[in-house]
Amino acid sequence: MKFGGIRGRATTWLVAASALLSGSAWANPHPWQLNLTKGVTQTSKEVWDLNMASFLVCVVIGIIVFGAMIIAMIRFRKSKGAVAEKWSHSTKLELVWTIVPVLILIGLAWPATKILVRTTDTADAKMTVKVTGYQWKWRYDYVDYDGKTVKKVGFMSRLDKKSDATRQLDSGLDPNKVVDANGTNDYLLNVDHPLVVPVGVKIRFLITGGDVIHSWWVPDLGWKMDAIPGIVNAAWTKISKPGIYRGQCAELCGQDHGFMPIVVKAVPQAQFEQWLAAQESAAQLDKAARTAQATPTPGDSQG
Amino acid sequence: MAHAATQDHHDDHHEAPKSFFRRWFMSTNHKDIGTLYLIFALLMFFIGGSMAMLIRAELFEPGLQLVQPYFFNELTTMHALVMIFGAIMPAFVGLGNWMIPLMVGAPDMALPRMNNMSFWLLPFAFTILLSSFFLPGGAPAGGWTMYPPLSIQGGDSIAFLIFFVHVSGISSIMGAINIIATILNMRAPGMDLLKMPIFVWTWLITAFLLIAVMPVLAGAVTMLLTDKYFGTSFFNAAGGGDPVLFQHVFWFFGHPEVYIMILPAFGIISEIIPTFSRKPLFGYKAMVYATASIAFLSFIVWAHHMFAVGLPLGAELFFMYATMLIAVPTGVKVFNWVTTMWKGSLTFETPMLFAVAFVILFTIGGFSGIMLALVPADFQYQDTYFVVAHFHYVLVTGAAFSIMAAVYYWLPKWSGNMYSERWGKIHFWLSVISVNVLFFPQHFLGLAGMPRRVPDYNVAFADFNMISSIGGFVFGATQLIFVGVIIHCVFFAKKKATDRVWEGSKGLEWTVPSPAPHHTFSVPPVIDDSQLAHGDVGH
Repeated sequence: MKFGGIRGRATTWLVAASALLSGSAWANPHPWQLNLTKGVTQTSKEVWDLNMASFLVCVVIGIIVFGAMIIAMIRFRKSKGAVAEKWSHSTKLELVWTIVPVLILIGLAWPATKILVRTTDTADAKMTVKVTGYQWKWRYDYVDYDGKTVKKVGFMSRLDKKSDATRQLDSGLDPNKVVDANGTNDYLLNVDHPLVVPVGVKIRFLITGGDVIHSWWVPDLGWKMDAIPGIVNAAWTKISKPGIYRGQCAELCGQDHGFMPIVVKAVPQAQFEQWLAAQESAAQLDKAARTAQATPTPGDSQG
Repeated sequence: MAHAATQDHHDDHHEAPKSFFRRWFMSTNHKDIGTLYLIFALLMFFIGGSMAMLIRAELFEPGLQLVQPYFFNELTTMHALVMIFGAIMPAFVGLGNWMIPLMVGAPDMALPRMNNMSFWLLPFAFTILLSSFFLPGGAPAGGWTMYPPLSIQGGDSIAFLIFFVHVSGISSIMGAINIIATILNMRAPGMDLLKMPIFVWTWLITAFLLIAVMPVLAGAVTMLLTDKYFGTSFFNAAGGGDPVLFQHVFWFFGHPEVYIMILPAFGIISEIIPTFSRKPLFGYKAMVYATASIAFLSFIVWAHHMFAVGLPLGAELFFMYATMLIAVPTGVKVFNWVTTMWKGSLTFETPMLFAVAFVILFTIGGFSGIMLALVPADFQYQDTYFVVAHFHYVLVTGAAFSIMAAVYYWLPKWSGNMYSERWGKIHFWLSVISVNVLFFPQHFLGLAGMPRRVPDYNVAFADFNMISSIGGFVFGATQLIFVGVIIHCVFFAKKKATDRVWEGSKGLEWTVPSPAPHHTFSVPPVIDDSQLAHGDVGH
C-alpha cells in the first residue's frame, strides 16, 4: 500500500511534469504552465515546434557563452594569482563568431518562412466568419458556409455574468469559485455566447475593429490578428478536435481590455450544420415576428 | 600625470560659483549639469518605480483589490513614459555629460548654455506629464505607444502627453547635438576617432539616432494632436485615414529608441569589463563597427513590433530577416566581452558585478528577442507577458544595470570618496536575485497565454504573478540601498579615492584628481597611446 501510494504520487507528478512541459494535457491555461500550448491546429503545432527549436538553440548558445564566462570567472581571478594577458584581437575568432550565428539564424529562418507562407494563404476556405472587436465585446457574423451565404446569423459575445460580478473592485467574490460545470476555473475566460465552429473545416476569419484596435487571440489556434477599424484582416484555422478553446483580447483597447475574452466551441461538422440551420430559422422567425409587430429595432443577439 | 598637476593651479581662478542658485540653476559646467541629469533620473526612477509597485500590487492575486482598470491603464502608460524618457535616457545623458569631455580631453561640452537649457526643459516636461494625473479624466491611459484611435479617445491628457513629448524631444535633440559637437570638435590633439573610448563611440552613434528619430516622434504625435483637436483624419479610418500608419511612424521612431537606450549601456560595459579584467578590450574596432551596424539595422526593423497588424507576406518576411540579423553584431559584442575576460586577471568590485550580470541577463533578453523575431511564433508571443519579460530583461537588467554599474564605477571620481563596497555588493546581490524572481516567471505567464496590460487574470496565472510581485517588491525596496550608498559615499564616506581609483583603469578621466575639479583640461592633455581606454590602437 505504502509503495503503491508513493508510486501513484510519483506517477501523478510525472504526468503533471510532462504536461507542464508539453502543454498537451490541458486545452486552457493551467496553474504553473511553463510553455506554449501545442494547440489543436497544424499551425499551432508547427508554431510550438518552432518555439521549441528556437528555445533549444538559445539554450545551447547560452550554455556555451555563460559556461565560458563562468569558467573565466573561476579560473582567471586575480586572487588566484591570474596574470592578465595582453592580446586584444583575433581576426579568425571574430570571423567564426560572425559567420556561425548567421548560419544558425538561417537554420531558424527557414522553417519560420515555410510556416509563414503556408499559414498566410486563406484561399479555399469552406466557411467565413466575420469577427468585429468592440469596446469591450466581440461580434461574430457567419458570412458563408459550404458555398452558401448564411442568412443573418450573428451575435455579440461578452464576458459571462459570474466573472463580471467577481471582477468588480472589492466585489468580495472569490475568483477561485468561478468554475464551469466540470469544475474548471474559467474566471475571465468565459463568455455568454461562444463562437461555434465545425472541426476539420478550413475557416476563414475576416477580422476588423468597430471602435479602437483589438486583437483576436486564441492560443490553441496558434495565432492572433489585430482587429483594426477601417481595415479587414484575414486569417484562417482548421481545428482538429472538438472542444472549448479560450483566449483573450491581446491589444490594449481601454478600461475593460482585460475583460473581453474569446471562447471558441468546436463541434463535429454535422452538429455544427444543425446548429447553424437552427440559428438561421430562429433569425427568420425573429424577423417575421418583428415585421408583425412593426417595431424596427436592430437585432443582434440571437445567440 | 604631469598635466594633471598643472591643472590644479589653473583651477584656482574659477572655482564653482558659491551661490547655490547660480551653481545649480544657471550652470554651464558639464559636471554640474551631468550631476543634475543623474539626480533627475534617479528621482524619476523612483516615481516610475512606485507606479510599478502599484501595478505589481494589483497583480499580486486575481481579482481587483486596489485600483480601477482605467487607473491601472494610466499606471502602465505613465510607468513606461517616466522610465523611458525620465529615468533611462536622462541617466545616459548625465553620464555622457560628465564623462565625454573627461574622456576625450575637452574642457567642457561644446555648447554649454544649450546644455543648461536641454536639462532644464526636462523638469518642465515632466511637470506637464505628471500633472495630467490631476486632470479630469486622469492621465493618459492608452499605452505609452499612444496607438490611435484609443489614445485620442480619452480626455485632454493626450494634449499634455503630446506637449510633453515635444518638450522632452527638444531637450533630447539639443543634448544629442551637443554631444556630437563635443566629440567631433573638442577632442584633445592626438585623440583620433579610433582611439576614443567605446563609451564615447556608443554615445556618438546614439546621438545621431536621437537626432534622426525624435523629430519623427514629434511628427507622429502632432498628427495625433490635429486628429483630436483640428479635425484632420491622418489616423481616422472614417475620414479616409489609417490607424496603422501611426504605428509605422511611431515604431520608425520606437525601434531606434530601443537602441538609444542600450548602445550607451554597451559602451559602459565595454569600459568596465576591461578595467576589472586588467586586459585590453577584445576587438575594439569590431565593437565600433558592431555598434554602427546595430544603429543602421535599427532603422529597418520597425515593423517587427507590428507583425499582428496584418502586414503582407513580403513585409513580414523582410522584417523577420532584418530583425534576426541584429543578433549578429549583438552576438559579436557579447562574445567580445566574454573573450575580454578570458585570461584576464579578474576582480569583482561592485561595478564589475553589475557588468557581468548585465552580460548574462541582457543576453537572456536577446535570446527571447530572437524567438520574438520569428513571425509565426510571434503570433503567439505578441502582446503577452513574454514580451513584457523580454523588454524588461533588456531595459532593467540591461540599461538600468549598466547605469548602476556606471555610477559605482565613476562615483569615486565624481565625489572623491570610495563608496561602501560592502553595501554596494549587498545592493547588487539583492537586485540581481529579486530582478530575476520579478521578470523570469513572466516568460511562463506569457507562454501560458496571459496578455500584457491587463489588471486582472484567470486563476491559472495566479502563482507566477504572486512570485513576480514578491520579486518586484524586493527589487523596489533594494533600490533604497542604492540611494543610501550614494548619499553615504558623497557626504559621509571617510575613505578617499585615489586619482586612478581602480587598479586596471585606463583613459583620460583617471588622470585628473578625485574628485574631478570643477574645470578640467583647460589645457589639452598630452595623449599617451598606451594609457588610452582599452582599444587595441595598433589594429
